[in-house]
Amino acid sequence: MTSVSLKVNGKSVTREVEGRTLLVQLLRDHLGLTGTHVGCDTSQCGACVVHVDGESIKSCTMLAVQANGLEVTTIEGLAAADGTLHPMQAAFREHHGLQCGYCTPGMVMSAVDLAKSHEHLDEKTVREGLEGNICRCTGYHNIVKAVLAGAEAMRSQPAQAAAE
Amino acid sequence: MSNSPANAPVNATGIGASVKRREDFRFLTGQGTYTDDINRPNQTHAYILRSPYAHARINGIDTAAALEAPGVVAVFTGKDIAADKVNGLPCGWLIHSKDGSPMVEPPHPPLVLDKVVHVGDQVAVIIAETCEQAKDAAELVMVDYDELPAVTTSPEALKDGAPLVHDQATGNLCYDWHLGDKAATDAAFAKAAHVTKLDLINNRLVPNAMEPRAAIGEFDRATGDYTLWTTSQNPHVIRLLMGAFVLGIPEHKLRVIAPDVGGGFGSKIYHYAEEAIVTWASRKIGRPIKWVAERSESFVSDAHGRDHVTHAELALDADGKFLGLRVQTLANMGAYLSTFAPSIPTYLYATLLAGQYTTPAIYAEVKAVFTHTVPVDAYRGAGRPEACYLIERIVENAARELGIDKTELRRRNFIPPSAMPYDTPVALQYDCGMFEKCLDQALNLIDYKGFPARKAEAKARGKLRGIGLASYIEACGIAPSNVAGALGARAGLYESGEVRFHPTGSVTVFTGSHSHGQSHETTFAQLVSDRFGIPIENVEIVHGDTSKVPFGMGTYGSRSLAVGGSAISKAMDKVVNKAKKIAAHMLEAAETDIVFEQGKFTVAGTDRSLTIGDVALSAYVPHNFPLDELEPGLDEQAFYDPKNFTYPNGTQIAEVEIDPETGVVRIEKFVAVDDFGRVINPMVVEGQVHGGIVQGIGQALMENCVYDPQTGQLLTGSYMDYCMPRADDVPSFIVQYHEEAPCTHNPLGVKGCGEAGAIGGSATVMNAVVDALADLGIKHLDMPATPLRVWRAIQDASVPLAAE
Amino acid sequence: MYAFEYHRPTSLSEVTGLVSGKEDAKIIAGGQTLIPTLKQRLAQPSDVIDLGAVAELHGIREEGGGLVIGATTKHAEVAGSDIVRRLIPELAELANGIGDAQVRNRGTLGGSICNNDPSADYPAALVGLNATVHTNKRTIPAEEFFTGMFETALELDEIVTAVAFPKPGRVGYAKFPNPASRYATVGVLVAEVDGAVRVAVTGAGPVVFRWPEAEQALSSNFSAAALNGLTVDADGLNADIHASAEYRANLVAVMAKRAVVRAAG
Repeated sequence: MTSVSLKVNGKSVTREVEGRTLLVQLLRDHLGLTGTHVGCDTSQCGACVVHVDGESIKSCTMLAVQANGLEVTTIEGLAAADGTLHPMQAAFREHHGLQCGYCTPGMVMSAVDLAKSHEHLDEKTVREGLEGNICRCTGYHNIVKAVLAGAEAMRSQPAQAAAE
Repeated sequence: MSNSPANAPVNATGIGASVKRREDFRFLTGQGTYTDDINRPNQTHAYILRSPYAHARINGIDTAAALEAPGVVAVFTGKDIAADKVNGLPCGWLIHSKDGSPMVEPPHPPLVLDKVVHVGDQVAVIIAETCEQAKDAAELVMVDYDELPAVTTSPEALKDGAPLVHDQATGNLCYDWHLGDKAATDAAFAKAAHVTKLDLINNRLVPNAMEPRAAIGEFDRATGDYTLWTTSQNPHVIRLLMGAFVLGIPEHKLRVIAPDVGGGFGSKIYHYAEEAIVTWASRKIGRPIKWVAERSESFVSDAHGRDHVTHAELALDADGKFLGLRVQTLANMGAYLSTFAPSIPTYLYATLLAGQYTTPAIYAEVKAVFTHTVPVDAYRGAGRPEACYLIERIVENAARELGIDKTELRRRNFIPPSAMPYDTPVALQYDCGMFEKCLDQALNLIDYKGFPARKAEAKARGKLRGIGLASYIEACGIAPSNVAGALGARAGLYESGEVRFHPTGSVTVFTGSHSHGQSHETTFAQLVSDRFGIPIENVEIVHGDTSKVPFGMGTYGSRSLAVGGSAISKAMDKVVNKAKKIAAHMLEAAETDIVFEQGKFTVAGTDRSLTIGDVALSAYVPHNFPLDELEPGLDEQAFYDPKNFTYPNGTQIAEVEIDPETGVVRIEKFVAVDDFGRVINPMVVEGQVHGGIVQGIGQALMENCVYDPQTGQLLTGSYMDYCMPRADDVPSFIVQYHEEAPCTHNPLGVKGCGEAGAIGGSATVMNAVVDALADLGIKHLDMPATPLRVWRAIQDASVPLAAE
Repeated sequence: MYAFEYHRPTSLSEVTGLVSGKEDAKIIAGGQTLIPTLKQRLAQPSDVIDLGAVAELHGIREEGGGLVIGATTKHAEVAGSDIVRRLIPELAELANGIGDAQVRNRGTLGGSICNNDPSADYPAALVGLNATVHTNKRTIPAEEFFTGMFETALELDEIVTAVAFPKPGRVGYAKFPNPASRYATVGVLVAEVDGAVRVAVTGAGPVVFRWPEAEQALSSNFSAAALNGLTVDADGLNADIHASAEYRANLVAVMAKRAVVRAAG
């Protein structure tokens, strides 16, 4: 067992894990943050996407020990403490960008990173930027609308967007 | 373009309003509760050891070393299951062959005894303190296999000398069934001016709901109660199938909970072995057991979809009127009969072969075949996409052969609204539908007239552009129970709903439908808000727990609103009827003088009124109450058994461009105009259509479940090889609907929208692909039209590309 | 995943010490291939040695007019680097097309080339741009580094430290992704390096290869038209359910032309 210390959603945590423990297992099984999901075993579906030091990564393809000393944000850490949704979360609701909700946490975390890393987003950029996230319900139509609207809102409401 | 409901909603949260979803907050903040998010005190973890072979005899299983491994609690095999008299998984639909004999129904043990018949078949369960320990120990289970030859496709399985999947299924035949009037159909072909023939394969698909299946079994020694948490579309059905048929647990001792479920698309209807294993074993070890599938396991253990091989012939007269349709289909059942498998290529397929057309004579023969592959069952659309694909592809080819415009040929054969209700020659009665209206609106949306110019412009860029359409009809909201029973269903097909008015005016609805993405918590609450005139915030929808909901048949076949919603509607009728009596008493008026509108009971012609909340309070505090006439309380339950199927219909049109250098097909435009009857929440309906369309596009262009024909190994066992549609594979869509033909036989006038996109989608796209390639002399291409396949077809075309 | 012992050395010498001392150690950089492999229990290393904390292996710098990229530099860093954008912009584009955004935030140049997946993008870049692989022991020309399917010239205890790219002339890369995995079914990189045209093909064969006929044709006429009629032999090319050898041969020709158009554009 190895000790791993990291910040998750702003709080410092330390846990004993095996070398083979994945970051997603640390989050779900050790920290009870079950909003991060696992939808495949080949690192493609993106249901497990979280932010590590502000960048989106697949938490099923990172060892927990590799996150030692880093800052992790999960879907649970995105909304403000008072429950106010992050602009990207709000946009997904407004535009019906989710149905069963299973891919949603990863989709939203990817979308936030996509919005932050592009000055301008159009439909093509969004579709290509979501290459690492698979949704089986929505046909992506409303997800694309939501991400475009959410990115726009992040630009106009920087304070809420920075809640992360 | 946006849709507007036919009638303005009575309030902002009533029928017809695009109410934002009430389930979204928890999903968007990571607070959904899916089965794998649940952990029980003292829980163990199960790993299922699966067959690596498609077909093998098991000479013995040695579990000794695994039992000694760290953390291992127990290891069970088929012998342990058999010793406890655990039965096989039941099949819920009995089909009889042409000759009257019942289908062959081989046993489907939760853990095999001495033979495996597909890669992924369950061989043993290893239960340990952690999941990784169970997996570690599974490698120590020694199974002595003798590998046997395997067969994976239905044509091969029917050949003389093919390896047998089950000894009792001679020639691997499950049933040889037919529907329709053979003599009348033969006569129609005898007088035909033209016959169009088509051989096609409806490719096998893997449903791939994003949440892998999971189950937790728990036994309470103190009470003798079992609880199963499972990723199911219909927890009551699982309680019935597993409790009554497999484990012998009576309903009052078995609670099945399907919490938040991450998509189903049919694959989570069925009772699966793992549910029975964890429930049974939780008593054996006296601890809760959790099992969660990895995606690679899902590929070899979730029921697959489609997999038809069909020869079809369409007879036409000189004017292009359809005279007859003759169909021969081989349907691959896989290695075992999944819960509803036998009904899919029969009563959900052949009965739809009239499509939207007046074809007077239809004869269909269907052989269901066992192979060494994962069982096949309903996947979004279930039988109806296969029917639509067949009809719309052969109509398209007939139009091309006869030189008649594809829209004109359809118009000549549409069943007109004036002919409704219409009895088809394949046993259905369509209650309503305005087929030409949907076609016209779709043609308008895609600018059909402007297509030749767009094709020419594409050609100048070196691209092949095609346009294709499908006018689909589906039978949803299955079905009158007595009719289904006569056709072999072993269960009823009603739905239950309970509407509980609380003393202070809020309402809890208990529904047997199950939401796994369909938005019931919003749309069902809209029904209540609309009917009772109360704020939607005062309504709670409860589903997915057999201990809370009176009964239920669950969600599949686009039936939630048409059947489950109708049950709620009936229960609300009962509430209003009783409340009216109470109101009459309180207002000291005759019941016949009481009018209920917008949440108020009013004495007609006066300003004397009571809100429904006032009445509810009186029902629970019955001080001024007609106690000699009525019981206190305001809590009503209803079962709704449908009078007929509902018949959603519509037209989809796609425009594609093909890059002849690479064979890549891009969808440039896609429109859908649907008739779902009355629409409760336009936003939700459009979302359902989008998702269905992409599953249709996936089947047409990308998805294919491929087995190695020699070894029976699954070659597309992960997202590395099974091609799931991603955001950049598809365009945005234009989706509209009309509400001018509400369903005539259910109280809400609704038809269902869950499967429409998937039913029309694959035919629409393939018609466009073939249209793009038609100038090269290409008449047909099997799905999926992958870059490789399209490029190959262009290379092999009778007309070379350069000569075009 | 099988259990293993995890190590996080902070210097290259510490890494080499660990590697040589262990029976069956694996090195992890971004882990985007290794972790999925471990999850499927396709490998059972006794020890996993993480290069993430070895600062000297990381970073991008200009050197002698060319570009040097440290082994643990992530694809996203290459894609977003001003230096790369200035010196070899098409290399940034290539990096920006590897995997998906999340893979690019973890996956590294060194990890990719040491794995030498036949359908990876970087091998085409290294061979096409005539790069040199630096290890803790020596330098290896790219063409000698990639020796076979999933095989490289690396010795057991040899660690890639960086890759040096000379500044090229025109460069174009075109890839045809596998529709499911999105790896390169075929990727072709065309470049002018030191006055010569190089054409490197990944995805099509067991290992990256150069296409001499195309190089010759482009040397006299750097245009897509110069490749008209040129084909590679389908014999020996990879074949799978997504692409036959014949189809791959076609894609090599098509992608080569598209790469030239990109380079010329």
